[in-house]
Amino acid sequence: MTFKANLEIINEIAKITLAGELDANTAPLFKEQIERALKENIKCLVLLMQDLEYMASAGLRVLIFAKQKLGATVDIYLIKPQEMVRETIENTGFHHSVVINDEYQSP
Amino acid sequence: MVIERIDIHPTHRYEHFKLRRGRPFPFGATLVPGGVNFSIYSRHATSCTLVLFKKYAPQPMAEIPFPEEFRIGNVYSMVVFDLDYENLEYGYRFEGPDNFAEGHWFDKSKILLDPYAKIIGGRDVWGVTPDWNNIYQHRARIAFDDFDWEDDRPLEIPPEDLIIYEMHVRSFTQHPSSRVKHPGTFAAIREKIPYLKDLGVNAIELMPIFEFDEFENSRPSPVTGEKLLNYWGYSTVGFFAPKAGYAATGKLGMQVDEFKALVKDLHKNGIEVILDVVFNHTAEGNENGPYISFRGIDNKTYYMLTAEGYYFNFSGCGNTLNCNNPIVRNMVLDCLRYWASEYHIDGFRFDLASILGRDPWGAPLANPPLLEALAFDPILAKCKLIAEAWDAGGLYQVGSFPAYGRWLEWNGKYRDSIRQFLKGDGNVGEISQSLQGSPDLYAPAGRSPATSINFVTAHDGFTLADLTSYNHKHNEANGENNNDGTNDNYSWNCGVEGWTHNPGVNALRQRQMRNAIAILLVSQGIPMLLMGDELGRSQNGNNNTYCHDNELSWLNWDLLHQNSTLFRFVKNCIAFRHAHPVLRNRQHFQNHDYVGSGYADITWHGTQAWKTDWSNHIRTIAFMLCGKHALQGMVEDNYIYVAMNMHWESHWFEIPGLPTDMQWHVFANTGCNPPNDCYEPGTEPLLTNQSSILLGDRSVVILIGK
Repeated sequence: MTFKANLEIINEIAKITLAGELDANTAPLFKEQIERALKENIKCLVLLMQDLEYMASAGLRVLIFAKQKLGATVDIYLIKPQEMVRETIENTGFHHSVVINDEYQSP
Repeated sequence: MVIERIDIHPTHRYEHFKLRRGRPFPFGATLVPGGVNFSIYSRHATSCTLVLFKKYAPQPMAEIPFPEEFRIGNVYSMVVFDLDYENLEYGYRFEGPDNFAEGHWFDKSKILLDPYAKIIGGRDVWGVTPDWNNIYQHRARIAFDDFDWEDDRPLEIPPEDLIIYEMHVRSFTQHPSSRVKHPGTFAAIREKIPYLKDLGVNAIELMPIFEFDEFENSRPSPVTGEKLLNYWGYSTVGFFAPKAGYAATGKLGMQVDEFKALVKDLHKNGIEVILDVVFNHTAEGNENGPYISFRGIDNKTYYMLTAEGYYFNFSGCGNTLNCNNPIVRNMVLDCLRYWASEYHIDGFRFDLASILGRDPWGAPLANPPLLEALAFDPILAKCKLIAEAWDAGGLYQVGSFPAYGRWLEWNGKYRDSIRQFLKGDGNVGEISQSLQGSPDLYAPAGRSPATSINFVTAHDGFTLADLTSYNHKHNEANGENNNDGTNDNYSWNCGVEGWTHNPGVNALRQRQMRNAIAILLVSQGIPMLLMGDELGRSQNGNNNTYCHDNELSWLNWDLLHQNSTLFRFVKNCIAFRHAHPVLRNRQHFQNHDYVGSGYADITWHGTQAWKTDWSNHIRTIAFMLCGKHALQGMVEDNYIYVAMNMHWESHWFEIPGLPTDMQWHVFANTGCNPPNDCYEPGTEPLLTNQSSILLGDRSVVILIGK
């Protein structure tokens, strides 16, 4: 599947819908969307990952980049990551820095 | 408004690559604005070429010669701009003399691994047979330092408070009974942190985790036909990179993150991480070994060579790293600083550390600069530095390792004396020193009891279960005609060689394992347990399983149910040690009463209180620690009395009297059946007869006066 990263910002909540394979070739597209979101005054970042099939090191790097740019006060939600993606995030310890859920409910 | 940096821009071109003169330091590949700074040392090369690959590609995508003006002294450095560093692998070619007698092995046809590579691909998934036709086997990649450590840092647990658990990453969880998601990996150790916490250890010592090649010298077993591997990994390919095959995410190139996540979680649970590091030799082996890195970059700098150009072999593994050459010394320092600062590692155990004290021609140095530099390094200042204080060339320095007030030692003499005592050799004089933190070895030089890493078993040699089940090693499965592994095991099989149904023999073995654990955990110094000894893990008498990726090496977690009483005993002994600072003194005993308690800090006894028979062949001894002298009188602890009977007959021990307001309670008696062999600290029952106690044959009693 072709990689897609679509951003929408509603009520200061940035949602990025990810689909396909997030690797070294596609990570720059994801980073672009993160940077777009960072330009806005957002209170949380929601990554809809249901259709993300694969994540390589480059994808993790962008996630860490987002967390470091947003700081501790802006939460990042990972919604419905597939097993492989979820395990990768857990094995590398990044799950401590984000909230992993099956759905996003606005607080 | 802040202006972006405008001082780093390309000045040169090679084909379509934009280049600039690089920075010589740091060595390795470093991300800089707009590009990657490549820097590498070679004294004897005449030219150097950077070789770039797309990740996994069989052939290079580019080869960029370092312009001569980019070499400063013996360092080639260059910035290459606009590289897709996520998709990049790199190596080097060096040109120079190829003259064996002169020690030069330059060969421009070889692509060489950067000694400072922070991630190494090529063996991404454990045990996947490599493509031997690949022209670049171990492939350097670029690492990132964006891991989120939050507020983590090394724990700095005082050395005397440590209880170390030595383990092999893969062996710990590879057995199916471990029931972890990713067996044999760093991630799996994280899953087992609750087990380590429950056991009570506060440091794990990982057998080598620097990138190595499990296929080095791989061969079929003459016994089973199964492939034998370089399983333990005491043969480093790259000193700065974690073993990819130990990471569940190694296939994704995230081994750095996964290992850091393990360290972070262990720290959160109060457990330090000590790495077993192997600087005495490399995976390039002897004159017949492969070109991987050092040999083709600057053989004469990195290796100790004979006058004829052959490799010295003080390591027993074919070559010897030239650690007191200033370049190599700096590489070792850079490496350890990197692991301490980038991975928050708490300590290092140096394999065959005596080699690090030899000069470039092999002679032992009185004041080895590398050992001194490590001892006084500002970044390593709080790291534990532990020497395996001997080498394969006959240098044995237990008690005399150049310490500079910092170095701790694996105490091989402790291991041997306790083993001999356990099997009934009656060496009470010798073990009295071992029990006190070996003041005979360390006190004269002002070195503390915690200089001594006390152990009865370690990865080299028998497991504890085998120490009580075999008189001789049984290494036939290693394919070396049983010639490998030590013959000096000081073991005793309790009457039958190997596995048996005999209940008497099995009961005695259980008791002997408990005796060893009890003695280890009441000894002054730092106790170290071998993975699985708390569960009675056996290697079927093999005392050198360096090549076995199978059940001989793997920890069978079902033993936790089969040997639950042994686990309970070990756990209680660990908790007992943590509970009693009098067992963890910072200074050696003074053998007199310096706090006015009416008791000396330590007193010695035999079957009669206050009288000790130090004759050879005496197999009974006891000692009492005065709780008021704990930590040199800084804190008040209970009194502790330990009686040991390694005779094959029972003996009554007269117990020394306590201050009037105290009574003796029983913490452990290995002569009793579980659950009366030991108690949870704080629940010890009152001893019925306060004046004497019968110790069964080959048993240990620990009393607590409170």
